[in-house]
Amino acid sequence: MRHTAWRRHPTVLVGSLLLLVLIVSAVGAPWIATHDPYRVSTQHSLQPPQATHLFGTDWLGRDVFSRVVYGARVSLQVGLIVEAVAVVIGVLLGALAGFYGKLLDTLLMRITDTFMAFPSLVLAIALMAVFQEPGLMNVIIVLSLLQWTSVARVVRGSVLAGKEDDFVQAAQAIGASDRRILFRHILPNGIAPVIITATIGVAGNIVSEAGLSFLGFGTQPPTVSWGTMLAQGRNYLTIKPWVCIFPGLALLFTVLGLNLFGDGLRDWFDPRSR
Amino acid sequence: MLAFVIRRLLTLMPVLVGVTLVIFSLSYISLGDPVRAMMGQRGDPEIIAQIRRDYGLDQPLHVQYARYIGRLLQGDLGRSYRQHRRVTDLMWERLPATLRLAAAAMLIAVVFGCTAGILAAIKPNSWIDRLVMVLALLGISTPVFWSAMMLILLFGSVLRWFPISGYGSGHVWYLILPAVTLGALQTGYIARMTRSSLLDVLRQDYMQTARAKGLRDTIVLCKHGLKNAAIPVVTVIGISFADLLTGAPLTETIFAWPGIGRLMVNAVANRDFPVVMGCTLVFALVYVLANLGVDLLYAYLDPRIRYDQED
Repeated sequence: MRHTAWRRHPTVLVGSLLLLVLIVSAVGAPWIATHDPYRVSTQHSLQPPQATHLFGTDWLGRDVFSRVVYGARVSLQVGLIVEAVAVVIGVLLGALAGFYGKLLDTLLMRITDTFMAFPSLVLAIALMAVFQEPGLMNVIIVLSLLQWTSVARVVRGSVLAGKEDDFVQAAQAIGASDRRILFRHILPNGIAPVIITATIGVAGNIVSEAGLSFLGFGTQPPTVSWGTMLAQGRNYLTIKPWVCIFPGLALLFTVLGLNLFGDGLRDWFDPRSR
Repeated sequence: MLAFVIRRLLTLMPVLVGVTLVIFSLSYISLGDPVRAMMGQRGDPEIIAQIRRDYGLDQPLHVQYARYIGRLLQGDLGRSYRQHRRVTDLMWERLPATLRLAAAAMLIAVVFGCTAGILAAIKPNSWIDRLVMVLALLGISTPVFWSAMMLILLFGSVLRWFPISGYGSGHVWYLILPAVTLGALQTGYIARMTRSSLLDVLRQDYMQTARAKGLRDTIVLCKHGLKNAAIPVVTVIGISFADLLTGAPLTETIFAWPGIGRLMVNAVANRDFPVVMGCTLVFALVYVLANLGVDLLYAYLDPRIRYDQED
């Protein structure tokens, strides 16, 4: 049965494979990397891809392949931690707004609207400016502050719909507590859209981190991030393109994997959306 | 329709208050104590107190916020620390370049996205459909700053078809690469939405009726199909416009495009907070107005919405 499921949803399969590569690179970086990603060797600077340096070397002679492998760590960390925080905040606020309605709903949704009124990267840039101190930790805090809104919206919607279900009304009738109704009956039924939103959200976080780092407001050297690699490689783009091609491809395949996975899950859970 | 417009404008107010509150708080935090920053550690406490009184910094926060709103309404966003000019002047100079880039990107996205989506929906599961869907997925998944670099590498450096950066005093040749970069993501979304929306419509009974009446396929497709499929597509186009703004700082930085996005990025690097906050506000306002425009258009296209929206 599992096999037919995979066959019917090949996008989930391809997405999972791409994600597996990402996770394996992040976790197994010390074993997969062929060189020390930080070791500078100026006499080998800007060498093209070759047997000893699969993706070539950057202007300090550092091995691009090893740096791409280590870069998966920052991307995966930012993507997952930010999304975990976002899901916790989003589920909590969305459930409260949808379940209790009225004034609380209006208030929480206006706050959500306010955050959604900013193009996300623009507000992230402004917040990084306020922090004055770029770095991985602040990137995670800033993106977490911004990322919860879509989850909150989705959860509010499914709680609103779930409240009307017969079994929820039945639970209410036999005197179950609000907390029990919300967490045992309503939320588990609305979990699928949250998972889908979160999967796409992880992709968004990874791109945002790379974008911030690319502009110089995110992860700072010497931490290896695909965004900083692209920022540093930009000066050599037209003459030694490999310093830009490979970190970008890693980013592309990561986002592609998450999008395929998310799209596939949506088809799986909700065949009508095809 | 008028009632809907008024209701929609009223819901805008709390959002605008929220946006200004966020920006006011950010300015407050980021400026820290502007007087200390100006005078340094050796400032005379009495002079500092005097300046604080002059600028109203000794007032409670809500009074300071009210004054901030008052200044905003007069179009005063403060002065740049670096360029010693009014922030509004700096932005007026750069807004046309950003809007020009966004409009061009949107045009590319709508033309290519809709065409590709229609082609895919007419022949579902054909090779055209598959190709369109793969390209759309690639468009959605490629980060703008990387696609910008790859376009510069291929079309600017290797093929030498287009200039690789700059505004070229408005020459359209300079516009193409940035606009394609910025529009790629939206092209993908619009193609997907056009396809799925049109597929949905094509399955409806009234399409069969139209065909049964003996209407020609192209007429059925254009008059009955596309018109009804347009509504969800319009929504995506509206959301896309917002995404365009998100991509603007990155695209403008890479292509050295003299727009608001690049102004903001440079201001952050220079710690020029009045400019950063001014740009953030303008981006938010454009974003909110774009969404308002889409909602109104949406209500115009689908009259049911005007009556249903009662939350």
